[in-house]
Amino acid sequence: MPRKKISIPNKIEYLSILNEKSELDKKLDPDISDNLLLKLHRTMLLARKFDERLLSLQRQGRIGTFPPISGQEAAHLGAVAALRPTDWMVPAFRETAAEIWRGRTLESVIIYNNGYNEGAAIPEGRYDLPISVPVGSQILHAVGLGWAAKYRQKDDVAMAFFGDGATSEGDFHEGLNFAAVFQAPVVFVCQNNQWAISIPLAKQTRSKTLAQKALAYGMPGIQVDGNDILAVFAAAREAVERARSGGGPTLIECVTYRLMMHTTADDPKRYRTDKEVEQWKNRDPLPRFQNYLIRKGLLTEDKIAKAEAEVVQEIQEAVDRAEKQMKELGDPVHMFAHLYAAMPPYVEEQKKEFERELAELNKEADHG
Amino acid sequence: MAKMTMVQALNLALRQEMEKDDSVVVLGEDVGVDGGVFRVTDGLINQFGDQRVLDTPLAESGIVGMSIGMAAYGLKPVCEIQFSGFAYQNFHQIENHAARLRWRSQDRYHVPMVLRAPYGGGVRALEHHSESREAYWAHTPGLKMVIPSGPRNARGLLVSAIRDPDPVIFYEPKALYRAFREDVPEEEEIMAIGEPRCVRQGSDLTMISYGAMMRPTLEAAVELKEKDGVEAEVIDLLTISPLNEKILVESVKKTGRAVVIHEAPRSFGPGAEIVSRLMEKAFYYLEAPIERVTGYDIIIPLFSREKAYLPSVQRIIRSARKVLAA
Repeated sequence: MPRKKISIPNKIEYLSILNEKSELDKKLDPDISDNLLLKLHRTMLLARKFDERLLSLQRQGRIGTFPPISGQEAAHLGAVAALRPTDWMVPAFRETAAEIWRGRTLESVIIYNNGYNEGAAIPEGRYDLPISVPVGSQILHAVGLGWAAKYRQKDDVAMAFFGDGATSEGDFHEGLNFAAVFQAPVVFVCQNNQWAISIPLAKQTRSKTLAQKALAYGMPGIQVDGNDILAVFAAAREAVERARSGGGPTLIECVTYRLMMHTTADDPKRYRTDKEVEQWKNRDPLPRFQNYLIRKGLLTEDKIAKAEAEVVQEIQEAVDRAEKQMKELGDPVHMFAHLYAAMPPYVEEQKKEFERELAELNKEADHG
Repeated sequence: MAKMTMVQALNLALRQEMEKDDSVVVLGEDVGVDGGVFRVTDGLINQFGDQRVLDTPLAESGIVGMSIGMAAYGLKPVCEIQFSGFAYQNFHQIENHAARLRWRSQDRYHVPMVLRAPYGGGVRALEHHSESREAYWAHTPGLKMVIPSGPRNARGLLVSAIRDPDPVIFYEPKALYRAFREDVPEEEEIMAIGEPRCVRQGSDLTMISYGAMMRPTLEAAVELKEKDGVEAEVIDLLTISPLNEKILVESVKKTGRAVVIHEAPRSFGPGAEIVSRLMEKAFYYLEAPIERVTGYDIIIPLFSREKAYLPSVQRIIRSARKVLAA
């Protein structure tokens, strides 16, 4: 038998709607309502200002280490905005704008980042998983959620977030394969921010795009300008509709950039140049979107200044509430809670032992 | 001798072993250009190049699986898992292959690799960054499990681990990375694996610990002497597995009383094995039930409550007094 060629899809679409100069490609206008556009802007602005405030709180020692999101707001907010509230969001750990969109309170973010488990609590009615630190491990959970919805004949969709680094983990490949094999209603959103701590994308993969990895698993993949919220939203809306209507999973690669450090414990100057960061600042998703909304007549400089003042105030109130709540969270006995539906007797014993010790320590402190 | 932190001492061990033996290679996430997130591998890529210090893609199972292949070929890979909390992603490579390739190939191959990972609490870290799960590895036949407690023994033990013909899991107490400095000689110094050390002599009580818990244990011993006049003997395990109980048994035969301290959860933790060995080999010398001061059988809480979770000097003293009173 001669060698022959097997045809496989060999092209990946790239979608950009709003370019760096805030110019709209009218043919691709996703036709988003004014109301939604303004709501997205407000959330993006809030998330950016909140990120800046978290950084200053961290530098003052008022919260612990956290992963800043600045520069990536469009990539995750645009995607999650295509979901219904009853769809599932499965975050990694750099999707704060999307979490806020889904209803996470700012104070819960502060409380979590200041080392209190209470900040990770998910209230009834919000269909999100808690953030996931072990890279890529959450991807398969979205497949399970999506498949379970399908099994129950519900039209809920699950959306999983992860970064470029996660595409090297086995869990990513298993997740995509399972979703495709089971035709689960899942949207995989990769925030390709170019850096996995110190490892640039070129050392993470030899693939020209991350989106093309979808093809190997038999699902559509698309690369979008991740700093263009219109493009991210349009791609996500299409993928969500496909998933909801039984068309199976999609991989969306959002090309974006981490403008800040990996976490506040990281020093990016060790591995990347300021020049590169400056170049990406020119592609910042926030001014790009703002300028578009000004041109569209939905915003003015004055309105933006007013909105900024309002979100700063909103953040201040959240900081105040968080700090007040944290004073009331002092009791360390809480660490025994929420581990099992029913606490095993020996853990109950350890809890009592701990309470006795705490009482003795307090007594010693009083007398000391 | 230079005063070094544990980070610097580990770096010295790696650098010198790489200078001596070109089969020693380092791989892991951010170990090259960034020098490791804790800087343990700082500067190695400049000295030895990117073919011996590999910045890998982000995949713990990949790092360990590849290390096993390198080791089977005859290299001595020292891989870094950035935090022990991410080592579960490579658990199956260690359990199914690293620990048993010698056995499965009937001695044709062996796996002289080291898996280094920072473990333990106390540094206000993020979720999944503070656990002590050494028992997982200590439970696996075919592995060695080493935990140093200071710069000098960290250096000497890492040298031994690199030269060991079998796979060694080397957990570094991250709370001690920069907590204090010790004199570390520039010239070669080796500490054998499988040799616990008596670091304080005493006749009234035996205290057994390792890793980051050595500091509160020693502090408790000092306080017991000052306040109670008790002479506590303190043993630093250094190697969790294979557990060499010889000096533990000798000490308990002398003192008749023992407290075991670790930050790992209590149930099925290393303390359970230590107590069993003492029961088997020193039962008739015991004057009191042995106490364990450990992490509770819960997930270590986020950092605002981690101090409450970790064994404190006061908890250790309380247990010591209970053993002494019995």
